[in-house]
Amino acid sequence: MLGEGIVKGLIETARNFVGSYVDKDRLVTVQYPEERNPLPEAARNFPFLLYDGDDPEAGLRCVSCHICEKECPPRCIHIEKSTDKKPDFVGKQQFYPKVFNIDVSVCMSCQICVEVCPFDAIRMDKEFELSTDDRFGGLLWTKKELAKPNEYYQKIHPMEAAETDARRAEELKQTQAKAAAAAAAAAAKAAEAAKAAEAAKAGNGAAGKEPSA
Amino acid sequence: MNGYFAMATGLAERVDQIFVTFDHWAVTNTPEPLRWLVSILLIVVPILAVFPGLFALTTVLERKGLGRIQNRYGPNRVGPYGLLQPIADAVKSLTKEDVVPRTADGVVHYLAPLVIVSTAFLAYAVLPVGRNMIAVHLDAGLLFFFAIGSATELAVFMAGWSSRNKYSLLGAMRAIAQMISYEVPLILSSIAVIMIAGTLSPEKIVLEQAQYTGIFPHWYVFTPWGFAGFLLFMTAAAAETNRSPFDLPEGESEIIAGYFVEYSGFKFALFFLAEYLEIFAVSGLGITLFLGGWSAPLSFLAVIPSWIWFFAKLLVMIGVFIWVRGTMPRLRMDQLMNFAWKFMLPMALIDMVCAGVWRFLPGGALWVVLRWLICAAIIVVPYVALARGLEQGRKIEQRVYRYAEEG
Repeated sequence: MLGEGIVKGLIETARNFVGSYVDKDRLVTVQYPEERNPLPEAARNFPFLLYDGDDPEAGLRCVSCHICEKECPPRCIHIEKSTDKKPDFVGKQQFYPKVFNIDVSVCMSCQICVEVCPFDAIRMDKEFELSTDDRFGGLLWTKKELAKPNEYYQKIHPMEAAETDARRAEELKQTQAKAAAAAAAAAAKAAEAAKAAEAAKAGNGAAGKEPSA
Repeated sequence: MNGYFAMATGLAERVDQIFVTFDHWAVTNTPEPLRWLVSILLIVVPILAVFPGLFALTTVLERKGLGRIQNRYGPNRVGPYGLLQPIADAVKSLTKEDVVPRTADGVVHYLAPLVIVSTAFLAYAVLPVGRNMIAVHLDAGLLFFFAIGSATELAVFMAGWSSRNKYSLLGAMRAIAQMISYEVPLILSSIAVIMIAGTLSPEKIVLEQAQYTGIFPHWYVFTPWGFAGFLLFMTAAAAETNRSPFDLPEGESEIIAGYFVEYSGFKFALFFLAEYLEIFAVSGLGITLFLGGWSAPLSFLAVIPSWIWFFAKLLVMIGVFIWVRGTMPRLRMDQLMNFAWKFMLPMALIDMVCAGVWRFLPGGALWVVLRWLICAAIIVVPYVALARGLEQGRKIEQRVYRYAEEG
């Protein structure tokens, strides 16, 4: 019958219209600035630099090795190495970056810098609301803007952070154990040396005594 | 008790006529040489203010309504519930660059939006929006309305032709073919009303319908021929105003925006405005012809001012237009033409016959029911027969693809 389909369609749309007011589940739209869906664990946007402890200068993990700078496909990273050194988390003296800049207008979020970093110093951030009215200065991030504490990393990527932290703790333990062993060996050596010296001294004394006697 | 009732009706009467009395007062209180100007302004300015205002409201209501039909929110950012969205839209369209193609015919390209808007506004001259509220008391008001309605086709073709764009021209061609085809059933279905009312004046047609038997009004939509005529009229009106599902001339997915593809900024907004003004005007005419114009649906509801009734009916009509737009997909050009000439036109002619039968059958007590049955049969039987006939030609079957094969 002509017109039957039209009536059916009109009833269907009317049901949807009324249903959208009655049933909240129908409206799947997330009202973005007020509501937001949680980002997935693996979400990533732009890189940031990690530091341990409270001081972003002293705790910065980056040792200015330039690997990420060289690997970066769009070449958005710029590093200037320091002339002096500071101790890293295991106490070893390392260089640190005097300047570390990332131009996020160039960055393509490929995560290669993270993959190549041997020092767990650079990681991907989840922050995506980055609009600025200054398209040159505002999008060139310096060391100050890039440095973020390890707690922040643990918060945004908990699984990755746990893995990194475990590895670093293991490394620290090994270094400390090695240091302890080295210290023990050194102490033993010193003790032995001391003993030998003492023995020599005693021998010397006897020898010295002998001629005097 | 009677005194209170009289007072209440008196008050209702005064509220009903408040604009008319104000108009009269303002004109009589201006000095003689300026009276003509004041009387014209008092008619033109409200039309220029109210209907574009309604347009602004409709754009946001339409977007919200369509959104809800599709289980979305629709605009809800600007102002409370997104109701200030039209202001943002207006600012946007005013600040956009006005691009005119280098090869366009400058004068015609410039004039087309002005012509279409002015003709759309002219149609309101003969629309009674309330008791004694009509801009021009024209005896042949309906004729004027349809004549002005046809003038929009000129503007559409001006726009399509002057843009020198293939899409524009295609859109304009489609628009002209469609508008001319649907003007026939549009006018034929209103002829039934003219036959019964015996007048071309919209005011008198409304007065004919503003009578009551008991509490029920004499609206033409409550008769078999009026009901069929109303449906035919509104279908043709949707096609006439390029409204979905008959929006082929605009067809965003096929020819981008049809005849106004080369218009930007405020000229585009003018086309948009004109389109909605036409929808309001033709809906207003549908209300005037079939839904009793400004008269109340039940006799005791007449205490509510007549202009409120008119605009309430208009809003309902707009709502139905939005609902239909959210429901139906666009027709194909051949389907559109088949529908106009093979279904709408015969049905409109049958409707005229039915109105004639209704008019000349005697109105005795027995005949009231009999007249109803006869007239309903005159409409329903051809409807079923036509529907069957149209469906016979269409066989829906799976298409068999034949590929080029060897041997």
